Amino acid sequence: MSFFSQLLQYVFTGVAVGAIYGMVALGFNIIYNATGIINLAQGEFVMLGGMVMISLTTGLKVPMILGFFISVGIVTLIGAVIERGAIHPLKNPSVMTLIIITVAASILLKGGAMFIWGKQTYTLPAFSSSTKPISFGEASLNPQTIWILGIMAASMIVLAIFFNFTMTGKAMRACAANKLAASLVGVNVKLMVLLSFALSAAIGAVAGIIITPVALMDYDRGTMLAIKGFATAVLGGLGSNIGAVIAGFIIGLMESLGAGFISSSYKDAIALLVLLFVLFIRPGGIMGTTGEEKFKK
Amino acid sequence: MVGVRKNRLRVVGIFIFVMAFILGQGVIFQGFAAKKPYKIGGIFAITGGASFLGEPEKNTARMIEEMVNARGGIYGHPLKLIIEDTAGDETKAVNAVKKLIYRDHVLAIIGPSRSGTTMAVIPIVEKKGVLLVSCAAAEAIVSPVKKWVFKTPQKDSDAVRRIYEYMNKKGISRIAIITGTTGFGDQGRKKLKELAPDYGITIVADETYSPKDTDMTAQLTRIKATDAQAVVNWSIVPAQSIVPKNMRQLKMNIPLFQSHGFGNIKYVELAGEAAEGIIFPAGRLLAVDTLPDTNPQKDVLSFYKEEYEKRFKESVSTFGGHAWDALWLVVNALEETGPRPEAMRENIEYTKEFVGTGGIFNFSPEDHSGLTKEAFEMLTVKGGKFVVLGED
Amino acid sequence: MGKKNLYALAALTGFIVVLPLVIGNPYYLGIFIFWGIYSLITIGLSLLIGYTGQISLGHAAFFGIGAYTSGILSTRFGLSPWIGMIAAIFLAAGLAFVIGAPALKLKGHYLAMATLAFGEIIYIVFNQWISLTGGPSGFGGIPAFSIGNFSLESDFSYYYFVWGIVLFVFLASINLIHSRVGRALRSIHGSEVAARCMGVNTSGYKLKIFVFSGALGGLAGSLYVHFVTFVSPGTFSVMFSIVLLTMVAVGGMTNIWGAITGTAILTILPEYLRAFQDYDILIYGAVLLGIMIFLPEGLVLGVFNIMRKKIILREVEEEKLKLKKSR
Repeated sequence: MSFFSQLLQYVFTGVAVGAIYGMVALGFNIIYNATGIINLAQGEFVMLGGMVMISLTTGLKVPMILGFFISVGIVTLIGAVIERGAIHPLKNPSVMTLIIITVAASILLKGGAMFIWGKQTYTLPAFSSSTKPISFGEASLNPQTIWILGIMAASMIVLAIFFNFTMTGKAMRACAANKLAASLVGVNVKLMVLLSFALSAAIGAVAGIIITPVALMDYDRGTMLAIKGFATAVLGGLGSNIGAVIAGFIIGLMESLGAGFISSSYKDAIALLVLLFVLFIRPGGIMGTTGEEKFKK
Repeated sequence: MVGVRKNRLRVVGIFIFVMAFILGQGVIFQGFAAKKPYKIGGIFAITGGASFLGEPEKNTARMIEEMVNARGGIYGHPLKLIIEDTAGDETKAVNAVKKLIYRDHVLAIIGPSRSGTTMAVIPIVEKKGVLLVSCAAAEAIVSPVKKWVFKTPQKDSDAVRRIYEYMNKKGISRIAIITGTTGFGDQGRKKLKELAPDYGITIVADETYSPKDTDMTAQLTRIKATDAQAVVNWSIVPAQSIVPKNMRQLKMNIPLFQSHGFGNIKYVELAGEAAEGIIFPAGRLLAVDTLPDTNPQKDVLSFYKEEYEKRFKESVSTFGGHAWDALWLVVNALEETGPRPEAMRENIEYTKEFVGTGGIFNFSPEDHSGLTKEAFEMLTVKGGKFVVLGED
Repeated sequence: MGKKNLYALAALTGFIVVLPLVIGNPYYLGIFIFWGIYSLITIGLSLLIGYTGQISLGHAAFFGIGAYTSGILSTRFGLSPWIGMIAAIFLAAGLAFVIGAPALKLKGHYLAMATLAFGEIIYIVFNQWISLTGGPSGFGGIPAFSIGNFSLESDFSYYYFVWGIVLFVFLASINLIHSRVGRALRSIHGSEVAARCMGVNTSGYKLKIFVFSGALGGLAGSLYVHFVTFVSPGTFSVMFSIVLLTMVAVGGMTNIWGAITGTAILTILPEYLRAFQDYDILIYGAVLLGIMIFLPEGLVLGVFNIMRKKIILREVEEEKLKLKKSR
């Protein structure tokens, strides 16, 4: 294998992995924007998306496309229930309290999933009927990666339209900018918080469904995905969706290039070192605006 | 803040009350003991990252408990299994073993599921003199020999030997290894490197992946760039199924060998078509259907497989088999010697020709593992099923 | 230190001293020992979170550094566990300084992520530096502490050893809170900008507390490793950092009494839930959620507030009665 095709292969791998991280980070951002909460149960939404889809398509034989929408719908509902059950009842909670509450929610979701699906690992068939890898010289790309990238791009576009051109989306952005001011102009802040959980659960579910054919899924997967997604969201600058996608690719590429040219044992450490390095130079992440952050807190 | 400081005494009062309450509850619970059952402890990684091991082990142990009690127990004494979860965590395993020993007063313990948790609990059982039959693979568990500790899974080094012997036969001498970063993968990696020179094999690439990784194409690309004639993927976690898929994606046509950690048909399902042709050493349980009737293990294996699959509606794995062997060794010892730990220990130490799922066990004071490399059969995947690899 | 704190500490000491005499079972003693060891870390974390308002998702790393340092020095290099313990404290403190100096400039979630990343990197090093750490398999055969010829191997003696240290650290921490440093710390929690305007060297104090809490983590690691006598990386994953944080939050993060209470609950609860088999994870999650929703300021302060409300109500009733009688 030539150096160039090796490099190309590492880039493909990095992009494929990075797209997954980016998708999870998008979910983090939606809730963060509306509430300032880092939802550590975000990974469980991803896991649930994959698991529900598996039950529907391989268990109940629901067609793929229908199964996709039903799964997203179910997980969206779960997201809303979590908000109503665990976040809504709180009066003026501190950041620490909120973090621990999402940890507790994640433990509950994980425990529930363990009872429903057991401890086995599952997979889904690939979306394309042909599983033949696409070749670029000696390097090759899994067709599912194209699906992941495509669906990620579509989600980005839908989110952008939603946040920029719909009343509800604009209201959510208003909440993000200033909660008090938003409520003064008649935005129902509590409803926006509920919506943000539902929306981020939906994005999480989509991520879970599209990665399961390549990454497999089990009840215990959520935590790792949440940590990677959190890292990605922070690197990109919390709240910035473009930042999340860029950061996802950066972390993915660091991991694959690190594994390829340095050592597979330390690939995750290399990505995290890059993250630390970036944070020390730009304390608000790549797309974050540090000055504003300081005054808001 | 002033009010808070004023009433700190009360805070402390509440603090002590809460403590006393929690602790007191524990003490009350301590009191229950049945009439005269024989109590055996089982500690498995029932939840957490290694639950794919602990779950079938727990199921199997429960199944044996039912079987023994259905036939009237052990000379009228019911067998009472007390199963604890380690979640694959060393601290939890230490607590669980102490609970079994000091609170439940068990006669013997089977498990833990993982090598790490086993190593962590060994000092406790050795100190107190409690029989432990581990379901974990690492050779360090029984070498050097520890008086009270036995294990039922086959040895890593024997699995490596079987693979290397096969490679010698096929003229493979330059290999790449890719291992999972768990205790199992780490031990395998050590043995693969240690034994390679004995078989004239050179390891040209040495890659690892973590149990939650989702893509190994980067590692495999590195391997592809070498002149390796085969890849050995040594891991016990489900993520190992991604390796054959990624190899297919990268169009790597060299043979793939796996370890005995591949011993679950689920892993084949996860890898799909890419699993075809994988070669790995394993106990005969997985290929019991293709085993000749003359094989001495055939009866035990088909009985276990049938019972397990009937009861739990899931396919049998070699992992549950380790618990089968461990618990039957203990139950047999109990039957022959009565509830005397030292005698039970000696009984197991001198057990010969015990036909289990993992092989035919011959223990001795020098060997607390009891299996040789003959316990392994080289298997391959054909048509989505495990079959014995013929001598071709 | 106030008189009341002294009484309180005396009560706690009495409780700790009497406990093993009432419950001598090594299983329970073992759990109490873990309670003490984890309390060391959570006391440090509570100082950091409750008194400076900084968060850390990486304290499992300091715990691990302590454990590995002490473990490696006492096995591979045959040094006394005491030397291992001192080295553990200093190495953990040194690392806390190296990571804390740049990281504490970050705010909120960014700080959380930076400490998390640090913890994860250390965890990866434990796994991968196989020649030193034994890799994912870990290593065992770590000796116990001994004083002269007296080995602290038994659960009974180790319990008193660990708790002696915990109580000492606890006392020192209370002193710290009530000193000039403590007042400065609280001012940082209140408003860092205001504190800085008043001439408090905020970043210096934050870093000092971070280093102190790191050192406590290292000490706890050393105590852990010479008790369990085996070490492998799994113990020090990010999950454990989150558990530590949860302990502090459950007890109440504005109070170091809360740290020791929360640690007790989250160390003992899972053992207590063993009876529920697989359902334990659900109950654990539900209990945690319940505490955080209904007592968001933590158990100690939360229960205290409820009691205070009742007492006030009772006093009001009594006043009313008095009024009636006098009429």
